Amino acid sequence: MHLFHPGSPQPVTVTDLHKSFGDLTVLAGIDLTLHPQQTTAIVGPNGAGKTTLIKSILGLVRPDSGSIRVLGTDIRSGVDYREHIGYMPQHPHFPENLTGHQMMAMLRKLHGPAHDSHTALLRSLRLDGELDKPFRVLSGGTRQKIAAVLAFLFHPPILILDEPTAGLDPVSSAALKDHVRHRRDEGACTVLTSHVLADLEELADRIVFLLDGRIRFDGQLDDLRTATGQERLERAIASLIEGEAA
Amino acid sequence: MKSFSAIRHIFGFQLQDALRSRWLTLHTLVYLCISEGLLLSTGFADKTLVSLINVVLFLVPLIALVFGVIHQYNNRDYTVWMLTQPVERRHLFSGLFLGLTVPMMASFGLGLGLPFLWHGGLAGGQMLRLATLVGLGSVLILVGTGVATILSIRFSDRVKGIGLVLIFWMGFALLFDGLVLLGVSAFAQWPVEKALLGAMLLNPIDLARLILLQTFDAAAMLGYTGAVFTRFFGSAMGLILATGALVLWAVTPTWSALRLFNRQDF
Repeated sequence: MHLFHPGSPQPVTVTDLHKSFGDLTVLAGIDLTLHPQQTTAIVGPNGAGKTTLIKSILGLVRPDSGSIRVLGTDIRSGVDYREHIGYMPQHPHFPENLTGHQMMAMLRKLHGPAHDSHTALLRSLRLDGELDKPFRVLSGGTRQKIAAVLAFLFHPPILILDEPTAGLDPVSSAALKDHVRHRRDEGACTVLTSHVLADLEELADRIVFLLDGRIRFDGQLDDLRTATGQERLERAIASLIEGEAA
Repeated sequence: MKSFSAIRHIFGFQLQDALRSRWLTLHTLVYLCISEGLLLSTGFADKTLVSLINVVLFLVPLIALVFGVIHQYNNRDYTVWMLTQPVERRHLFSGLFLGLTVPMMASFGLGLGLPFLWHGGLAGGQMLRLATLVGLGSVLILVGTGVATILSIRFSDRVKGIGLVLIFWMGFALLFDGLVLLGVSAFAQWPVEKALLGAMLLNPIDLARLILLQTFDAAAMLGYTGAVFTRFFGSAMGLILATGALVLWAVTPTWSALRLFNRQDF
């Protein structure tokens, strides 16, 4: 099953995006188009503008200028575009006395009925017994797994995953990555940030490197290796940072 | 009706969370113990009601501010996650804010009122006084949680937020009357009474005190600004003005918090 049809608008189009916090310029003219059936990793050193870019797409941060279109709709025109985005935060936090099932029920009230494909993810993340327990008794890793299920709950065509495997055990991490790949094969447009370079090597079709609020590299993993002359991804990214700093 | 339904759903789940919260149970027990303790020690409902005035004026704003600001900081990541869902900011704010204030008000009312019920109930006049205490306490909860919400949105550093709510409480509950009195003695040769009346309208705790003491007919406890206010306007007019100003106080922090929430970067 494919999520996008030929001729349909690009999942996400960012045009000349600027954002400053006081005197600090965080995004200095970002132009970026995210495509269907592609996993894009946004990388860069701390303070490069990765989080602000992702938050701008999610509507959490209001840009100073420029525009963002999700499936052809300017995000300033309303909140309905978020029905098409599944977001997994780095540090998920839910009301302490509610359960995973209750969070799913709440999202169903806000979105509509859930797609049943999440049951496969529930099984592979071994969450069956955990969804009736209040969040206050769950470990950080289990909360992270529930956040993943909630992000995939409505079969969204766009996925934004912020450090998705941080805090997960190896089995769950592998299961989640399998699911991300499976969704990519179905046509999903995925945006990923991760400091775990193995995740980037396994998942990313495209690397967007940000520094000082600008895109300094945009291409495939192999292009990055060729451009920097480094075979290992860690060295290649370090080489980009050092090259820009020099 | 989509907007109302989003607010109702978010509020409903917040309520379910609050009903299982140990904090809320503790909040109810604090007021229950105070009310029960006063009834047992004084033996009279009338004396207990008068003693509860100070609880409402000092303890209620303090707990609302501190509990409110800690709750908002603890829920910040959840609020941010909810902002990524297809729900308007103003509807999300309304659902979350109601989910904080309504359980607190209900818990306060139950804690304060239940002991009177099992100690034989109240006569008509006493019932009105208890209702005034619960009503004004609820308004002070609304003011406190509203101010706490503004500070938690404005400052991401929770230490700063908690410090500022404590300064707010000390300023309005403890220092305000003293500072006004100091101002009056420093400018004794000037006609400062009207300025004093203006100052009184700026303090929700003073306004609540004025209404409570008028209801309880206990003018001796009015405090300096309250005494001037009553003398100037007479008790009926003073009561109406104070109530109007307190309604403004109940609405303004919540409205300001909503405006801030609508345009804040998270």
